[in-house]
Amino acid sequence: MKIKFEINGVVREIDAPPMKRLLDVLREDLCLTGTKEGCGEGECGACSVIVDGEAVNSCLAPICQLQGANILTVEGLSRDGRLDPLQQAFLECGAAQCGICTPGMLISARSLLDVNPRPTRDEIRAAIAGNLCRCTGYIRIIDAIERTAETYGLRSHSPYADQP
Amino acid sequence: MVYDPTVLTPTNLEEVYELLAERGRRAKIVAGGTDLMVALNAKSLAAKEFINIWRLNELRGIDDEGETIRIGALTTYTQLIRSPLIQLGIPALVEASRTIGAIQIQNRGTIGGNIVNASPAGDSLPVLSAFDADVEIGSVRGVRRVSFNTFYTGYRQTVMEPDEILLAVRLRKLNQNERSFFFKVGTRRAQAISKIVMAVKAGMTGAEINSISIALGSVAPVVVRAYQTESLLTNAILNSAIIEQARSTVSREITPITDVRSTEHYRRTVTGNALARVLWRLT
Repeated sequence: MKIKFEINGVVREIDAPPMKRLLDVLREDLCLTGTKEGCGEGECGACSVIVDGEAVNSCLAPICQLQGANILTVEGLSRDGRLDPLQQAFLECGAAQCGICTPGMLISARSLLDVNPRPTRDEIRAAIAGNLCRCTGYIRIIDAIERTAETYGLRSHSPYADQP
Repeated sequence: MVYDPTVLTPTNLEEVYELLAERGRRAKIVAGGTDLMVALNAKSLAAKEFINIWRLNELRGIDDEGETIRIGALTTYTQLIRSPLIQLGIPALVEASRTIGAIQIQNRGTIGGNIVNASPAGDSLPVLSAFDADVEIGSVRGVRRVSFNTFYTGYRQTVMEPDEILLAVRLRKLNQNERSFFFKVGTRRAQAISKIVMAVKAGMTGAEINSISIALGSVAPVVVRAYQTESLLTNAILNSAIIEQARSTVSREITPITDVRSTEHYRRTVTGNALARVLWRLT
């Protein structure tokens, strides 16, 4: 089945079995290996991408449903060799340990900030609730997302302190 | 050999009806895929044909009908959460939707999928039961309405015929004297499959309960109503004695099992506690 969609700003057409997972199309057909497979059942969020403005698990999306879609993967975050402010903040805050959850975390954070540029820490937690980090690094990830909001000149005012 | 099933993508409901009339259960309907793709990835589903309805927008949307709200089967949890109509009219459905998976699942999972997947742990289902919802089912033979509380006939069994598709679910809005509650116990807040899930709708005059419906998931082969507990509480004045009676009645009334997620004893105890907590909030 021929499927045409826009990915990271570029229109691509591929020929793939219609029930092939978007995740596999990204990694195998388009060589975009930034998107990771964790659990393969929609639990861990490592495979998150943004489709038509909304974060989804690419392991649960059959490619036949992506006809004409607009897709953003972690590779599309940087522009002209410049990191997305989120990526910069992840670096500065030490928000990555082993790194396998990082692409999904960045995507969930990006989709949050696109609609809510000044989230509270609780809103950040809700936005990444579908992304598991097994290095237990959530605090620094939340710090990085909050710092991104701040570097945009938009400060969040959360009354909630971090719980260990 | 590569698994390469055929996918049919009808562009309107009439085409879906015709495809289902020809093929029945040989073809599997795929909407948001949040349950189906898990089964496919685990190789526990290997249909040769799929009917892709994801872009069938006539099955999507939330309509104000005055006393009732009609929710198209393809409406996602995110759409339910964001709808002012649902927030005001059926607040328990917003609470339930927020507990389903996390945002990535809420963006793709549909209320129709939750209904037809027919899991006893479906988190929106107790709300539909407590609100005495109706479901609309269509086929080449026409459209029929079925009371949600008679929709399931057994574990993962429904009244739907092989040529039928779920179109919508319809719920009556809360009135001024009514409140609704949703309570879920899972291993963690996001992404968890319920150990028990409860929805309650109650109409009150002062401390007197005029009407109450208590629906429970994950405690029986299908979503169930706690009718004995409901009749105990109907027309009762809420006080600590009646709440304790309700706690023990509901614990005895349900028929939970011990499985990978929880034990029978835990489920009975927590169901009683959850109901007591809801009733205290009503006082």
